Amino acid sequence: MKRELKIFDKPQNVKRFLVFFYISLVVLLIIDFFIHKHADFPWEGATNFFAVYGFGSCVALIFIAKLLRIFVKRDENYYD
Amino acid sequence: MTNLIPPSAIFIVGALFVPFIKGRLKSVFMLLLPVAAFITLVKMPEGKYWIVHFLDYDLIFGRVDRLSMVFGYIFTIISFIGILFALKVKDDLQHISALLYAGGAVGVSFAGDFFSLYIFWELLAVASTFLILARRTKAAQNAAFRYILVHIFGGLCLLAGIIIYIQNTGTIEFAYIGLGGLASWLIFIGIALNGVIPPLHPWLQDAYPEATVTGAVFLSALTTKSAVYLMARTFPGTELLIYMGVLMTAMPIFYAVLENDIRRVLGYSLINQVGFMMCGIGIGTQLSINGTVSHAFCHILYKALLFMSTGSVLYMTGKIRCTDIGGLYKTMPLTCLFCMVGAASISAFPLFSGFVSKSMIVSAASHGNMVAVWLVLQFASAGVFHHAGIKVPFFTFFGHDSGIRTKEPPLNMLLAMGIAAFLCVAIAIFPRPLYDILPYPVHYVPYTGAHVVGQLQLLMFGALAFCLLILSGYYPPEMRAINLDTDWFYRKGGRLFYYIMDKALNGINRASERVFVGGLAGYLGRVSRDCPTRAALLAMVPAWVISGITGEKLVLKKAGVRAALRTGTSPIGITAAIATIFLVVVFLLM
Repeated sequence: MKRELKIFDKPQNVKRFLVFFYISLVVLLIIDFFIHKHADFPWEGATNFFAVYGFGSCVALIFIAKLLRIFVKRDENYYD
Repeated sequence: MTNLIPPSAIFIVGALFVPFIKGRLKSVFMLLLPVAAFITLVKMPEGKYWIVHFLDYDLIFGRVDRLSMVFGYIFTIISFIGILFALKVKDDLQHISALLYAGGAVGVSFAGDFFSLYIFWELLAVASTFLILARRTKAAQNAAFRYILVHIFGGLCLLAGIIIYIQNTGTIEFAYIGLGGLASWLIFIGIALNGVIPPLHPWLQDAYPEATVTGAVFLSALTTKSAVYLMARTFPGTELLIYMGVLMTAMPIFYAVLENDIRRVLGYSLINQVGFMMCGIGIGTQLSINGTVSHAFCHILYKALLFMSTGSVLYMTGKIRCTDIGGLYKTMPLTCLFCMVGAASISAFPLFSGFVSKSMIVSAASHGNMVAVWLVLQFASAGVFHHAGIKVPFFTFFGHDSGIRTKEPPLNMLLAMGIAAFLCVAIAIFPRPLYDILPYPVHYVPYTGAHVVGQLQLLMFGALAFCLLILSGYYPPEMRAINLDTDWFYRKGGRLFYYIMDKALNGINRASERVFVGGLAGYLGRVSRDCPTRAALLAMVPAWVISGITGEKLVLKKAGVRAALRTGTSPIGITAAIATIFLVVVFLLM
């Protein structure tokens, strides 16, 4: 067997990755203050609109999906 | 010009030679087919070619304009990549089907009349079915059966529409049709079925995950995008498509979040992406049509890349469910990298192809002041990153360590993925060559500060939600389950229909047997058998009684007549009497 990559086996690497991720989020929030916008909709030009919308969308997505699962989930052999 | 054969014919005729060529030569031959088709395409100026007179009509096999050319290019490019990916497959059925399928898609793109369009359209359906059947499992067979039934339905709708259209207009040439009248609706439904417009969509996520590893690559590229092409040709600016497209972008992502089979997740995200294209066609402006066409181009590449990378996992491990795999980055780092390029492209990350194409459609919605449409498209953009961008690579290559230790797929597969990945990045960095072949002049500039930062925020904060929900354990767990969709109506409904028909028709059958076979027929049989005896007795008994025969003697006489008639040995006198009575009865009835 060839050598394996084990980069995410070490907890400190996962932690480093997350820290890098969080920092990039903060940087994105700060940069937005300095961006010139020409928006079609008024809210589109609001500072950090897309951050809020992206986060909210994905949380809503998961909530609705979990709700949907109650109604649509069936056993793997349902159609057999 | 006309001395060249149509590009679709290169694939179709080429497919017929595949079984007769062996070894390395076969690989070279198959790879040369899309190359030859591509060279033919490059040499085709705009116009109409390969016009064949047939049954008082002109069949046009080469209607070449900017719209058809883009699809011709991408269908041949992806065929090359797909063939390269499938090069090691030792199954001629798959190779032939894939080549015929590619020929059908290219044929649809250049068909200028309904007749040839319909032939290529059906070729798409039939050839693609074999790419599912070739998996040779029970599940694949069943899925292929449902797939072809659904497509036959769509094909018949299209055919009915075409016939009425030709009847009304007197021509088989087609261009813009627009909704209005029965013919256009039937044609629309026929195209919509291949274009996975709800509620006609569930065949896709039903059948594609059951296809062969290499067949899924062709499937992901050709059928739905031929429908996108045809819809853009015949129904641009149809308002209904905006709403259907928006629904398509939003609905599947909920399912994708819950789905366990990774290739089925990709099926849902395929519907989501085609939704953007349908929406663009519905908006119908130059910007949105350009967006649709360029998005179809990019989408074919990154979706094929995703199907190739997940297919490689299936090929190497035999597994593709979230619950069975995970941690594969350790032994398949290159496949993992290619998958992430595909994931970043579908998510429209800056510097990946979706970014330079999808944004045109979203911008067209905002330029048209469509508030709700724009909001849903942005929601769907965040959602697609969530399931196709993160979930697919995360659960396949990271997530929990499944303990599976494998290796990278064969070189040809890696090369095919490498080419697709390279194109995904190259198009994003240098979008101009793509923009230059779009139907309308492109003034759109994708890389503005606001767009890059806005898109990054949308995606990265969507990722933050994923991250927090996974870490908090709130994310819906991977489960061995299926999720109901509109195919329930024909999968369960079909059985209900069968049950009802079984009970109703067989019930009628049984009742008929009882009444007619057992009852009426028996009665008539008995009556017919006894009729001569009764008639004879009717005539004879009064005569006997008058002549003084009564009691025991009369009973014996009667028994004698019955026995004689049953055995056909009655005296001539009695036979003559019965014949006379019969003739009298017939005479009276006349």
